[in-house]
Amino acid sequence: MSEQVPILQIGQVLLVSIQTDLDDHAVMRLQDELASRVVESMADGVVIDITAVEIVDSFVGRMLATIATISRLLDADTVVVGMRPAVAITLVELGLSLGGVTTALTLDKGLRVLERRRLEAAAGDGDAEPGAVEAGFPPGGAIDS
Amino acid sequence: MAAASGTESLVTLLSRAGEDLAAGWVDRVSSSLGGRVSKAEVESELRELYTALLAALRQESVDVYGEAFGELRALLTELSRSRARQGFSPTETALSVFSLKQALEPVLSDGNEDDVRAYLQLSSLLDGLGLFTIEAYTRTREELIAAQAEQLLELSTPVVKLWDGVIGVPLVGTLDSARTMVVMEKMLQSLLDTGSEQAIIDITGVPAVDTEVAQHLLKTVVAARLMGAECTISGIRPQIAQTIVALGIDFGDIATKATLADALRHALRRAGTTLSTTSGTGVAR
Repeated sequence: MSEQVPILQIGQVLLVSIQTDLDDHAVMRLQDELASRVVESMADGVVIDITAVEIVDSFVGRMLATIATISRLLDADTVVVGMRPAVAITLVELGLSLGGVTTALTLDKGLRVLERRRLEAAAGDGDAEPGAVEAGFPPGGAIDS
Repeated sequence: MAAASGTESLVTLLSRAGEDLAAGWVDRVSSSLGGRVSKAEVESELRELYTALLAALRQESVDVYGEAFGELRALLTELSRSRARQGFSPTETALSVFSLKQALEPVLSDGNEDDVRAYLQLSSLLDGLGLFTIEAYTRTREELIAAQAEQLLELSTPVVKLWDGVIGVPLVGTLDSARTMVVMEKMLQSLLDTGSEQAIIDITGVPAVDTEVAQHLLKTVVAARLMGAECTISGIRPQIAQTIVALGIDFGDIATKATLADALRHALRRAGTTLSTTSGTGVAR
């Protein structure tokens, strides 16, 4: 019953724009489909746009992390863009920090991050670049109280 | 029946005293307020009270919280609200009610037994009304305090734009969960509104950092990262640095700087902005 999430290809990048609040079933299907599309299209980047998502639960949160991990295995960088403040706060309160997922403020900035990565990969320079932010609690960022 | 006849004699007593009583009451109240409220104002307030009191007593009721006293209670609430707002003390507010007793005392000296009984009845009634006044007064003060606390919360969390793509959040005062929530929401919203990818949280004005405050800061930074922005924490004073280490708090790979200037320089570098020095004025490097 749930709507299908469109996966669009722009050059070497796959754009997933989530327009509705996802149920668990749609999340699973998206995960499956995205994995096969990454392989088919030989994309080297995935942008997940969640600007329109207003409500998240731990399942959706984990989905984002899983998709990022799957894509990286398939040699594609994932950038999550357009997260709303309320969503970010919810995820933090849920204890989901999406470690290892790259995030960007807007779709435009996300695409630029991927582009820069591609250039750097071509130049063989793996330094951290400006504008790219890795989500997650800092390594060892725990508090012994 | 006893109560009914008692009210009757009370009504008689009050109406007999009439104008003298009202004038005496107004005098006492306005002198207790020290001229901060004009006599005419006091008089009109008390006249309303007096009329409402008589009306209630005519309905043969002595229950302060009963239906008959509804109007009188409304008037008293209004009175104590305005007194509380004007900064009068609870005593001064309650005296408005209790003065009626004193004003009635002269009647007693030549009164008969009925009058004395009526006076005692009125006395207990006024005690109840006085307590009601105090309650209304306290409630108003509490509302005021709550409203001020809220305003303070709003005031104390500004988000300022420091540079294109860099916003600053100067924190002043103790951080608790409620404030952190406000700070977090405001900062994240401004990141979105200004399209900034760098945020600087300046804690120069935070008097103490404990594990709870650190946890709050950490959460804010993680939420900003989730949105695709980077946070730098600045303004860590030497004592605070020592406390943080002593408590075993680890900020991990979050950038921390001693001063806001250092943090701004760091943020600009991360944002890809380069600063250059013109000859002679060697500030930026």
